[in-house]
Amino acid sequence: MKLMRGRFLIGTGVVLAAVLWLAFTGFDEGKAYYRTVEELREEGAANAGKRLKVGGSVEAGSIVWKEDGLHFRLTQNEAALPVRYLGESPVPDTFKDGSQAVVEGTVGSDGTLEAVKIQAKCASKYEAEYGDESSGAGDSRS
Amino acid sequence: MNELGSLALITLYPVTLFGAAASFLGGRNRRKGLVAAGERSLVVSFLLLTLSVLSLVALFLRDGFSNAYVANHSNIDLPIFYKVTALWAGQEGSLLFWNWLLSLYGIAVLWSNRNRNRDLMPYVTAILLISAFFFTNMNLLAANPFRPLVMDHAGTPIPYAPPDGRGLNPLLQHPAMVVHPPVLYLGFVGFVVPFAFALAALWTRAPGVGWLLATRRWTLFAWLFLSGGILLGARWAYVELGWGGYWAWDPVENASLMPWLTGTALLHSVIIQEKRGMLKVWNAVLVVTTYLLCVFGTFLTRSGIVSSVHAFAQSPVGHYFVAFLALGVAFSFGLIWVRRDYLRSDATLDSILSRESSFFFNNLIFLVACFAVLWGTLFPVLSEAVRGEQISVGPPYFNRINVPIGLFLLFLTGFAPLLAWRRTSWPNLRRSFAWPAALMLAAGIVLFLLAVRARYALICFSLSVFVATTIVMEFHRGGRVRRRQLGESWPRALANLFLRNPRRYGGYVVHFGVVLLFVGFAGSSFNRSRAEELSPGGEMAIGGYTLRVEKLEEGETPNYDFARARVALERGGRPVGVYHPERRFYFASEQPSTEVEIHSTVREDIYLVYASTGEKGGAVIQVYRNPLVLWVWVGGLVFVLGGLICLVPTRREGSPAPKTSESEGGAP
Repeated sequence: MKLMRGRFLIGTGVVLAAVLWLAFTGFDEGKAYYRTVEELREEGAANAGKRLKVGGSVEAGSIVWKEDGLHFRLTQNEAALPVRYLGESPVPDTFKDGSQAVVEGTVGSDGTLEAVKIQAKCASKYEAEYGDESSGAGDSRS
Repeated sequence: MNELGSLALITLYPVTLFGAAASFLGGRNRRKGLVAAGERSLVVSFLLLTLSVLSLVALFLRDGFSNAYVANHSNIDLPIFYKVTALWAGQEGSLLFWNWLLSLYGIAVLWSNRNRNRDLMPYVTAILLISAFFFTNMNLLAANPFRPLVMDHAGTPIPYAPPDGRGLNPLLQHPAMVVHPPVLYLGFVGFVVPFAFALAALWTRAPGVGWLLATRRWTLFAWLFLSGGILLGARWAYVELGWGGYWAWDPVENASLMPWLTGTALLHSVIIQEKRGMLKVWNAVLVVTTYLLCVFGTFLTRSGIVSSVHAFAQSPVGHYFVAFLALGVAFSFGLIWVRRDYLRSDATLDSILSRESSFFFNNLIFLVACFAVLWGTLFPVLSEAVRGEQISVGPPYFNRINVPIGLFLLFLTGFAPLLAWRRTSWPNLRRSFAWPAALMLAAGIVLFLLAVRARYALICFSLSVFVATTIVMEFHRGGRVRRRQLGESWPRALANLFLRNPRRYGGYVVHFGVVLLFVGFAGSSFNRSRAEELSPGGEMAIGGYTLRVEKLEEGETPNYDFARARVALERGGRPVGVYHPERRFYFASEQPSTEVEIHSTVREDIYLVYASTGEKGGAVIQVYRNPLVLWVWVGGLVFVLGGLICLVPTRREGSPAPKTSESEGGAP
């Protein structure tokens, strides 16, 4: 009986160890730090090369398609961050002038965020009157 | 209507509280009158909730935009079908709908147990009523669907009814999205039944596995709906969201996956308790965990806690959920601890090479996967709490862990049925293992020579062959026995296998669905995509296909305006079809929406998106080549079919069937 219990413990241990190892490596590959546009400006070069998720609102009129990708600016109060989107997926339906967006990517040497992912939530017309409405599953997805 | 709905909700307060107390006291003191009063309260709760749901539907149908929820989720021009289903389009309505389903399950349980499980029923009723009380409370205090719309007019709120509503989110205006929430919720809510029975059995120290048998089919029913809901959600994401995939490890998706993982573990491990009287604590833990994860999943979906921690702080719904979950965890696990003697195992594991032990590892893996998903989903919240910095983990984390876990589970799917109960001898194992293993190796070598080099995909395809072979062998073995002993023809023998033991053979059909699903998943290793701006006449090539934009159109309907491309698709010079990917802009909700077009074959999907209108006035067309996606949907259908077979009541024959497959509990 002791022997049996030992074997099960070993089996369980192997499974857990393998998963933990996968978790750590996968974690490093996938982690991204949340920053707001203002925090990013204050912290300056400290964030270079880190994978970031930056939230802000899309500056009206700043969205331009160019040969090298989609350009726009993300703003929060006075601060603005230029973004270039190079991701594989088309931008989400909710992405437009004035929408709340979270972009994921790294800040390049010129201070532009090279984004690979955009999530957006649209600013709705009644929202100011009666608060936020998190409607439906699809809103925050890219 | 607003007042009627509110009134019904408020009346639920005393009814649920009184009913819960009456049931509990009636059960403890064996007072029939109190028990009956408790059960009547449950019926009354159902009627009140029905009234409230109907009030809200009526408000939608009459365009009652003085109601905030209606104004937010409907508009005059919205088709009637979507007006009715807008009931569950947002937080408040969903929670009301949840509660209504809970009471619906409640009366179904009452009815099917009117003559049995009488000792357990008072406690079951009490637990159902307490759950209903919690959701009612939330509906009234934090997410009231009957709130009138008010406008802040120089500091004083005045009632306000806009001429038209804000409209239903265009993403939700899709048939799959209409069916998806109720199906998913039927799954989520359904786990309350085994939860209530488990706690009732623990409380009363009910002897034997009666509660397990009584809830087995309820569990299966809920689990089947949960699975169907997840599949529909994936399908919706694929055809509607326009990013070319069906699963993104989004918190909302994870929310439904977690209870599915523990629920699936539960379905497997109850078999052990039925047959060998083992894993009792484990099962009690799984039942409780699954239901609480369902509540937690609703919480994740509805509170937006993960997409933004700050929304959580503002959303009062979060506090109620956390309170309910905390109470649920404390009470349930406390009860399991107090009753641990009652849950003592009747037998011990004999051998690591046995059916029991394969179930044990199956459970371990499911639970580990669930924990990994939970950890990844909550990491932004945890890191914020611990380090004051939000860190998210993306799909690489989830894939890194769950792909190997999935493959290991796939392996067990084929391997476990080859093992005998208690102990498997090596010669025995070699005999049943030879064919599947040989075919698996052959498939692996052939695929490798055909230049399939993606490691995981190669393993996945080979394992799929392995599992499919073992399933075929199981049917062959079962059928051969019937032919030999009863002289039945092959079709008859196979049909009788299903009828005699639907759960076992339906289970194999589910497993076969899983194999097809995995084949579809593995196809994603070979996905390709590209995007280009094309003017009429412009061409683009992807994976053997050529697509040519023939025409660009623009137009308007009452609900939206659109830009559309007419795209001719060719494969190796032969035309395969004309497609019209479209981009819409909905007026009421001021939202754009992409309408994708998919050329779907057994080999691959060509997925066309009108991404945007480009600088030069052409259409930016994004095209994806997604191999084998069709098998995800086919696998899903087979999976659900297998699940339905499991629910078929057993037909008895002359020879005594195993005891466990006979006594069916309250069928839903």
